[in-house]
Amino acid sequence: MGLEDLYREIIIDHYRSPRNRGELGEPATRTEGFNPLCGDEVVVFLDIDEGGVVTDVKIGGQGCSISMASASMMSAAVKGKTIDEVQQLTSSFKSMMSIHEREIGGDGSESEADSIVDAEFPMGDLEAMRGVVKFPVRIKCATLGWNTLLQGIDEHPAVS
Amino acid sequence: MSPLAGHKADFPVLARTFDDKPLIYLDSANTSQKPQMVIDAMAEYYERSNANVHRGSYKLAHEATEALEGARAKVARFINAPAVHEVIFAKNVTELLNLLAQTWGRANLGKGDAVVLTEMEHHANIVPWHMLAAERGIELRWIPITPDGQLDLREIDRLLDGAKLLSFTAMSNVLGTITPVAELSALAHAAGATVIVDASQHVPHLPTDVQAMGADFVAFTGHKMLGPMGIGALWGRTELLEAMPPFLGGGEMILNVTKEGFTTTELPWKFEAGTPAVDAAVGLGAAVDYLSAVGMEAIREHEVSLTGYAMRTLTERHGDDITIHGPSEPASRGGVFSFTYKGVHPHDIAQVLDEQNICVRAGHHCAKPLMKVLGENATTRASLYLYNDESDIDALADTLSAADMFAL
Repeated sequence: MGLEDLYREIIIDHYRSPRNRGELGEPATRTEGFNPLCGDEVVVFLDIDEGGVVTDVKIGGQGCSISMASASMMSAAVKGKTIDEVQQLTSSFKSMMSIHEREIGGDGSESEADSIVDAEFPMGDLEAMRGVVKFPVRIKCATLGWNTLLQGIDEHPAVS
Repeated sequence: MSPLAGHKADFPVLARTFDDKPLIYLDSANTSQKPQMVIDAMAEYYERSNANVHRGSYKLAHEATEALEGARAKVARFINAPAVHEVIFAKNVTELLNLLAQTWGRANLGKGDAVVLTEMEHHANIVPWHMLAAERGIELRWIPITPDGQLDLREIDRLLDGAKLLSFTAMSNVLGTITPVAELSALAHAAGATVIVDASQHVPHLPTDVQAMGADFVAFTGHKMLGPMGIGALWGRTELLEAMPPFLGGGEMILNVTKEGFTTTELPWKFEAGTPAVDAAVGLGAAVDYLSAVGMEAIREHEVSLTGYAMRTLTERHGDDITIHGPSEPASRGGVFSFTYKGVHPHDIAQVLDEQNICVRAGHHCAKPLMKVLGENATTRASLYLYNDESDIDALADTLSAADMFAL
């Protein structure tokens, strides 16, 4: 396994040119996420309309290439989606990032795990993050933005 | 060629390869590698002498007890403790500092009392005091650091004025800064404060004399000084240890137990409830023997020389692209250097270094308040020990350029 599995071109592109970088004012929510291992911090600003659609999302904070690229790709993927869709997508992404579930389920073969993930939700560009699983210490980097997003949705006044 | 060059061969893990390339271990401030002698001593304990300690009425149990207490005596001699019973074992420095906060702290600190820390403390010497502050309403004061990563002692009299406790590191795990322990202990005592020293990074790398340090408590951990994980030691003054309430309650630490209550046993066992890590104590004893045979002066000399080489090499090679935090003079620091390179995130640096099997630590090093003072979110840290040599530094300097792909 080589670094090219981890640092795919599209990941480096999102790292160098992050999408939806910035802040949102009221009534958007602001949620901070921390990676206690390295001190990385991601801030997710979230606008959700009355229909439960994510109308805008912005990303702040600082972190490594993987955490920043993952948050950037996430912001592009969830904008315009309903909360339900976002939650499904997040769950698909997290199961793609989960080596443990993969090891526990079935015979642990990758093809089987892949088919389970693919069946859940189309991943699009996010597929590029799949290589991160081969570098277990970086999984937390990749999921930081997504966990912060989930927390932001839970705390959003439009969701309850 | 360093006079310590032959010692690398004593550490089996350093002979490992990944993808047919050698391992380059530059993370000893995190945990050190273990010489064969330590591994053998622990195996031999289990092969020959294992039994529970202090309660067996048979020869084997006596031998196990001797192994534990023999290790304690070795550790006491190694740090020039005035008495063996002043050395208390627990699992690591984190546990020992919590022990001090929960026993000495709860017995001596109340609302409004001040505890003085420094901005370069490890979380292990911050959080136990935060926990006590929340419970007791004590005040935390912080000795700041200079731009060169030294303690800024200009306001020390004001900070110590009326303080009950000064608790500080003897050597920063991030900056490598060696602090003036004896001087600070004297100042704190003059102000009426008790002194705790976190010597986690000091005892493994410099000759340590707890009497010369002048503090009241000195804590250090086995796994950073060639010993196993799961054992740390605290030296404390007899009169303070005797006055302190016990920490954990249970077997080993009691003199008598009735339905109405209990009385504690004598030092050091008063603070060692439950079956101790005898294997780890034996390993630590062997590590102390190893370090003593090599000589702490020789180790220190080797590390000063290698630190100087590292700072020169990295700076010559990478110029303004690299910032090495901490004191610029190798003689006033240990072999620990945190750096930033071209604004690349430390996780990405560590990843490209790992591609060449170079082990460094990336992150905040359990010192987030210090990171904030340095204005960094995280740094990359390389740290040295007796088994490192110039080729390890050359590999680091060579490979760092591979991180250029992340420079924004």
